[in-house]
Amino acid sequence: MPELGKYADAVLWSWAATLGLIALLIVMTWVQSRKAKADHDAIEARRKGKES
Amino acid sequence: MPEMHRTKQARDRYNFLWEWANPVKFMWFSGLALPWLVAATVLTMAIGLIWGFFFTPEAANFGSSVKIIYVHVPSAFMAISAWFMMLVASLIWLIRRHHVSALAAKAAAPVGTVMTVIALITGAIWGEPMWGTYWAWDPRLTSFLILFLFYLGYMALWGAIEDPDTAADLTSVLAVVGSVFAFLSRYAVNFWNQGLHQGATLSLDQEENIANVYWLPLLFAMAGFGLLFVTLVFIRTRTEIRKRRTHALELRERMADA
Repeated sequence: MPELGKYADAVLWSWAATLGLIALLIVMTWVQSRKAKADHDAIEARRKGKES
Repeated sequence: MPEMHRTKQARDRYNFLWEWANPVKFMWFSGLALPWLVAATVLTMAIGLIWGFFFTPEAANFGSSVKIIYVHVPSAFMAISAWFMMLVASLIWLIRRHHVSALAAKAAAPVGTVMTVIALITGAIWGEPMWGTYWAWDPRLTSFLILFLFYLGYMALWGAIEDPDTAADLTSVLAVVGSVFAFLSRYAVNFWNQGLHQGATLSLDQEENIANVYWLPLLFAMAGFGLLFVTLVFIRTRTEIRKRRTHALELRERMADA
């Protein structure tokens, strides 16, 4: 850990906020992506089942 | 005749670009590109952020707070770039009516919003020890706040209109209007010199540029944030395409059942 001196709070809070928000964005993107794929696959399977 | 022939050749040469606006081609191409994009994002972000946080010295005038630059500048850069990407995609929608471009603009908005929030938060945290205040009605800070409000308005508009083509039309117009603030966010410092915010951190002018010891890791961090943006927009555009296809199939099912 580098020596941050009197700016330690500012540096650590900035980095924590950034990494936290990016992590949240990635998780939300992933969850929405998985749900959209599952919904899409389910309806495609139903459609193909009806056709055959 | 030779002139006409040349014009047609030129048109054919550029037509292949529009083929990527086909949803099936986009899904195929983005599916192939995503693993490479994820790897490149992780690698460049890790290099830029680890180098910037652990291996850069204190600056004479900023002390160790200079390390905030590695999250503040790339996020601010991406906040503005995301809006310009949305502008280009919106113009393509308005002119050529390619659905993938409208969906890509929609997909980019949440990513741009988060980047704007990061830039505002880290700027406020950095401003307190440097300027003695978290916030000032400085031209760049104010234009960034307005850009953030435009992002919120853009996403709200997509959510408020049921017909997707109408939503794409209206949000595209909003993207064009909001570009004024995206442009101001970038150049406000040059237009009005009375603000607290410093000038450009990265510049082609050697005298304006920051020292190499900070500049190189910053370049990696910016490349990492840029790649993160592209990766997330690809994934989110794929999600939007799937949602639209699912919606269309549901409608077809309901019509068949009726």
